[in-house]
Amino acid sequence: MAQATETFYEVIRRQGITRRSFTRFCSLTAASLGLAPAAAPRIAHALETKPRLPIIWMHGLECTCCSESFIRSAHPLAKDVVLSMISLDYDDTLMAAAGHQAEAILDDIRTKYKGGYVLAVEGNPPLNEDGMYCIDGGKPFVEKLKAMAADSLAVVAWGSCASWGCVQAAKPNPTQAVPIDRVIRDKPVIKVPGCPPIAEVMTGVISYITTFGRLPELDRQGRPKMFYSQRIHDKCYRRASFDAGQFVEEWDDEGARKGYCLYKMGCRGPTTYNACSTVRWNDGVSFPIQSGHGCIGCSEQGFWDNGPFYDRLSNVRQFGIEANADRVGGVVAGVVAAGVVAHAAVTAVTRLTKKR
Amino acid sequence: MSGATRTNGSSRFRGVVDLAGVQTDRGATIYVYEAPVRVWHWVNALCVAVLIVTGYLIGAPPPSVTGEASAHFQFGYIRFAHFAAGQVLTVFFMMRIYWAFMGNRHARQIFYLPFWSATWWKGVWWEAKWYLFLTAEPKKYVAHNPLAHIAMFFTVTLGNIGMIITGFALYSEDAGRDSWQARLFGWVFTLFPNSQDVRTLHHLGLWVIVTFTILHIYAAVREEIMSRQTMIATMISGERQFRDDRDD
Repeated sequence: MAQATETFYEVIRRQGITRRSFTRFCSLTAASLGLAPAAAPRIAHALETKPRLPIIWMHGLECTCCSESFIRSAHPLAKDVVLSMISLDYDDTLMAAAGHQAEAILDDIRTKYKGGYVLAVEGNPPLNEDGMYCIDGGKPFVEKLKAMAADSLAVVAWGSCASWGCVQAAKPNPTQAVPIDRVIRDKPVIKVPGCPPIAEVMTGVISYITTFGRLPELDRQGRPKMFYSQRIHDKCYRRASFDAGQFVEEWDDEGARKGYCLYKMGCRGPTTYNACSTVRWNDGVSFPIQSGHGCIGCSEQGFWDNGPFYDRLSNVRQFGIEANADRVGGVVAGVVAAGVVAHAAVTAVTRLTKKR
Repeated sequence: MSGATRTNGSSRFRGVVDLAGVQTDRGATIYVYEAPVRVWHWVNALCVAVLIVTGYLIGAPPPSVTGEASAHFQFGYIRFAHFAAGQVLTVFFMMRIYWAFMGNRHARQIFYLPFWSATWWKGVWWEAKWYLFLTAEPKKYVAHNPLAHIAMFFTVTLGNIGMIITGFALYSEDAGRDSWQARLFGWVFTLFPNSQDVRTLHHLGLWVIVTFTILHIYAAVREEIMSRQTMIATMISGERQFRDDRDD
């Protein structure tokens, strides 16, 4: 654990990265966090002087897509450097240590950096059968999670699993998987939803915490405002066709070729708070809508239960039959209208027969 | 019906140019709906008509327009009409709430149900029987009959409040996180973190209102013809005229 006191700058210089690259990284990080250019020297100063932040990265019920996304952070340096910028002391999928050796690190960090480490959680704990659906190191994950959270500085909820529950919490949720803020109530939880979250958003959140020594400003749902305060729709490059009334009606129609709005194809851009339409994916190459497919709203709570992904209106569950609001409402209104007609007919008949 | 029991209260037409001297019921008249209530009713009706059509189209947009996006604003206008009608409805609904305090007792009726009144529950039962053809004649009411009162309370009062709250919450997504709409109605997203759920609720609300509208128009026309008092005319002039003077 000795290197945890080493600064970020010392680590990267030791790895042969030039000062020029370092300052470039600082400017780019400042820009990606939406900060003024004057913030770049402050970032540089912090990275040169502050000891690296110890981070524990734990995995519950998940698919590791968050880790897969994280390691693809395409910032010039972030890919190599973020792992040095923080002191990633425990991450069971990436670390060399295994078994008892690995578990010993957790206890070590807990005592050595009590109240000073960040707990990053990928995945979530299932609560059914006392948490037996996710056993990690011989213990239910929920117990390990509670224990590690108790002595942490803050908790980062990576991805939709940790933030909202995601696929394992979709109805009927047999394992009773819950978002981590249901079991961690006494620590600040930063939700970084997405399935997976965008790599640069993940590294951006970490950079912010290490640079400023505080947590980013969060919105009502506990997400960092800098990445989650606008919808995909608000910055979508197809927004013009939405306002014009130009929609893709079929996957192979003229509108699809011309890049019209995917609203009618069920795009969840208007209800999804994320940075995909600005930051994009894989070094800014593209994002789902740019590739011709609607957003499925993967960073939203319960997005699996708000299907179908290819219909504008979500299904409403009633008596086990699924239909959307228009179908349910249309049937109800139709039945009532038919009832009204019948009632009017009976009224007329009784009135006429009585008159005679 | 009323012709069979013409015992008292009948009179002759006086001063009528084309038909004098015909025997008729007298029919007491009472002023029920004051001008603000009537104005609110018709503005609300107009807004709801616009909101239903545009609301449906927002969920299921019309076929795509062709040409360049810069040449059109079709969906934008549909949404504009929806937002404008919604905000007009809200302003008039607030005026209506104000008038519940300022106006006569009938202006307050739709804002509460006399849940503990036995007479009222008897009225609900009687009106239900009237609509099920189980009784020959309805009772007389100055304001809404008890069955209509229930419909008004749940679909107009609570329905309007629900649609205003979810509507402004959804509007705040466009207006931005720092808008007054977000500050006033953002709490909706604490209850429903995924705004798609709020959309589904708001859209189901549309169908509740469509269903209410069908029933409301039918009942108003039917009661205008069948009941012992005026209906549609009352919402225009404010005067309720009874067609007989019998006690019950």
